[in-house]
Amino acid sequence: MPVVCHESQSVELVEGQSVLDALLAQGGLIPYSCRGGICQSCLMRAVEGQPPPAAQAGLRETLRLQNYFLACVCHPTENLKVTLPSAEGLAVHTTVVGHRRLGDEIIELSLMPEAPLAYRAGQFITLFNSEAGQGRSYSLASVPGLDASLILHVRRLPGGRISGWIHEELRVGQTVEVRGPGGDCFYVPGKPEQGLLLIGTGSGLAPLYGILRDALAQGHQGPIRLFHGSRDPGGLYLVNELRELACRHAQFDYVPCLSGPDPALGYAQGRAHEVALGEFSDLKGWRVFLCGHPDMVQQAQMRAYLAGAALQEIHADAFHTRREPPH
Amino acid sequence: MTDATTATQNATLYEQLGGEPAVNAAVDIFYRKVIADPRINTFFFGVDMAQQAAKQKAFLTMAFGGPHHYTGLDMRKGHARLVQMGLNDRHFDAVLEHLGNTLRDLKVAEPLIDQVIAIAESTRTDVLGR
Repeated sequence: MPVVCHESQSVELVEGQSVLDALLAQGGLIPYSCRGGICQSCLMRAVEGQPPPAAQAGLRETLRLQNYFLACVCHPTENLKVTLPSAEGLAVHTTVVGHRRLGDEIIELSLMPEAPLAYRAGQFITLFNSEAGQGRSYSLASVPGLDASLILHVRRLPGGRISGWIHEELRVGQTVEVRGPGGDCFYVPGKPEQGLLLIGTGSGLAPLYGILRDALAQGHQGPIRLFHGSRDPGGLYLVNELRELACRHAQFDYVPCLSGPDPALGYAQGRAHEVALGEFSDLKGWRVFLCGHPDMVQQAQMRAYLAGAALQEIHADAFHTRREPPH
Repeated sequence: MTDATTATQNATLYEQLGGEPAVNAAVDIFYRKVIADPRINTFFFGVDMAQQAAKQKAFLTMAFGGPHHYTGLDMRKGHARLVQMGLNDRHFDAVLEHLGNTLRDLKVAEPLIDQVIAIAESTRTDVLGR
């Protein structure tokens, strides 16, 4: 029978035993609830070996592609090495190769990892400040294959310890440790005609900028609509780059939105998700990506769902001002 | 009595309703009704929607008489936070109303709907922590 490795333990399954039961029998602390492959409480990931398709039924495609599975209905046919989602991420050393201002509050930070880091555009990595002993998660704006380095958009938060350090102290040539990648907010090829709706606020543009360029590079043909919102023009960035992309790609449309009073010419007035979802009464069949302020993400997720988007097609990445690193 | 009617009478409620495909169809309709309802949708704010839908599926599987492993204690623990937020009979009634209407949308026969509602009703005291 196949052997399952988790942390320092290895256990050989007995006939009919699920991965969850085997790990629990060893005293493993695995969260679970329904034990029927439904509630997804026992979500785990195979870092070696392939989980059987039946253990991935009902999971969104982005999770299936990363070998996530449900331990309670997992009866593997081969050996597996598995982790809990919370235990993910190995440290990688990187060198700062770019540090430039993109907007009033945003620094574009480019990092070259000492060994290639496999990731998908739109995922996040956690960057550590060893002196402070703290890390923060930032979404990747870079695209594997298009960009040589890992690119982050770091917004300066009032009193933010790590963002302040990145803005004021970190410079080209210094080394920093990152962990990851994590997150399931990324483009999946296979439905080139599907409509993509991208809504972001503030530095929530970072993952969307990666997802957008990834989709275009992979030959996406369906409409792609990007709504980026801020209160005033200083909060928007990469405006010229995005307008140029819209000129070059007929299927792509960029709508910068300003929620403050008296928006300048060329901007939509209102909050990005209200502008976007006001235009779409029917999102059936669309894939939706929502990144940025948690309130926006929450409201937009609900409205996109009520407008007909399937839950599995809504990818939400809420930027909590202090997102805990993947432990 | 013909073989066909014998088979129908022997089929479980879950089989008569159409099994897992029927649950999947019902979850989508049911969850949309629930989160569009201002009487109860505040209980669902700030919760991961995909996880929430997965839990709704587990609940509907149980109410459909399908395979499940939930106990009254699970129901109590799972809703304790909501009871603290003020979850009461009127909210529970609203959920049952959406459950019944979901099945009507799916053209399920009334006697079967009654059976589903009865199973859901049996969780009331545990859900409300009484």
